[in-house]
Amino acid sequence: MSAAVAPGKRYVARSKQMAARRLGDEVMIMAGSEATVYTLNDVAAAIWEEADGLTPLDEIVERRICRDFDVAPEDALQDALALVAELAGHGVMEVSDTPIVSKRIPGAPESEKGSR
Amino acid sequence: MSSLMQEMGEKALAMGIPLTVQLDLTYRCNERCVHCYLDHDDHGEMATAEYKKLLDELAAAGVFFITMSGGEILLRKDFFEILEYARLKHMFSVKLKTNGVLIREREAARLRELAVESVQISVYSHRPEVHDAITLLPGSLARSIEAAKFLKSQGLQVILADVLMRQNHLDYSGVKALAADIGVRFILDPTITPMMDGDRGVLSLNVNQDVLQKTFRDEGLVGNVEEFCSIPKGASADEMESYPCSAGHTFCYVSPYGDVYPCVQFPLPSGNVRRMRFLDIWNHSPQLNEVRDIQLRDLPSCSQCVHGSTCTRCPGLAFLEGNMRGPSLQDCEKSFARTGIPSKNLEAKRSGASAGHSHGLGAGLVQIQGVAPSPVAVPALVS
Repeated sequence: MSAAVAPGKRYVARSKQMAARRLGDEVMIMAGSEATVYTLNDVAAAIWEEADGLTPLDEIVERRICRDFDVAPEDALQDALALVAELAGHGVMEVSDTPIVSKRIPGAPESEKGSR
Repeated sequence: MSSLMQEMGEKALAMGIPLTVQLDLTYRCNERCVHCYLDHDDHGEMATAEYKKLLDELAAAGVFFITMSGGEILLRKDFFEILEYARLKHMFSVKLKTNGVLIREREAARLRELAVESVQISVYSHRPEVHDAITLLPGSLARSIEAAKFLKSQGLQVILADVLMRQNHLDYSGVKALAADIGVRFILDPTITPMMDGDRGVLSLNVNQDVLQKTFRDEGLVGNVEEFCSIPKGASADEMESYPCSAGHTFCYVSPYGDVYPCVQFPLPSGNVRRMRFLDIWNHSPQLNEVRDIQLRDLPSCSQCVHGSTCTRCPGLAFLEGNMRGPSLQDCEKSFARTGIPSKNLEAKRSGASAGHSHGLGAGLVQIQGVAPSPVAVPALVS
């Protein structure tokens, strides 16, 4: 996990240690037994919700941020990289240069990638 | 409560979102606690698939916090499957309530992997002869304490939860010291709940006023005693608009049979998730909507009571006494024990007793039928 902005793809995944729920235009995240609560605004929430470990961050930014928030892709990606690095620092999110594959959820269809 | 949590609660209330749901996964139990309010027979618990479907519906409804309780949750063979589904598929924040008897190293490690928020373990005394005589399970104290240690060693947040009763009221300090020794939290609940079917026999285990008064003046439990036991000022105009508690507003309860109630302590049948979608029940149940309509000003006796805004009146206990808009006598007794000032309801009881309107419950408590209400319900005392 690195906070540095580097060329190439970045993959992001929601940490399984977190609890999370969208409440209106925000996402509330709770760090398990630490009982620490984070709130993500609508931009950060969009990234969180798409962070399935398999979709590259630049695709998430293009699809969810640039389309919805009228911002240039390069600027949005820089901001997104800084954001996910910060969230990774809190253990809220995993960031990797390679896809992050999680174990299948019991009871979920084989094609299901993660929680929404 | 942190301001962020408070903000979350207020937002959920404004949006009509059931932020927290308690799921009793089973009423079966390996203990037979003398004060328990449940019938432990299995009358047709929801199956694994039904729980998964319910969790899907709860997530869609915006539920964030789930408390899994019972009965003893670990008696369900599919307990970890349900928990895993709740945590990994829907990312609920999950608290567990258990007696811990079935939790060993392996279970504790699994609970850590699944990042449950906390595990609350019932402990009624630091002395086996007292605790085991309450649970009616020999060796249960030792097992529960071992479980607390296993969980603590995994870095989980653990709470020892005690209930104040005639049998154990001398021992809560011992449980508190035990909790401190293990490095976990301690809470003491001074409320014994009537059986879900309305049977009030277990209330005979309630402690008397003297014990309540002494307990409420224990600085180690309540913090600032002067503040905790201060003379009530009566409700302000704003407070008259307030709701009694979160039951039906941002909280509800689902039984192992799929019945939805405003709260585990408020057994007002409001729908069944086997027959209806959870969100339809939450949004349209006439019973839940009736509960939501009730503000302090709507309580005929409690709104006129000096304890109105400071009392911990539980609408569920009031319901179990026969009127959800009425007083909860157990809570009137607690307000009296805290402040030395009788509630309007207790005063009515005194005058009504001579007129033959009250009857004893055998627990130092007297229930009033057909007399106006008053608010109270002491929350768990937290150290």
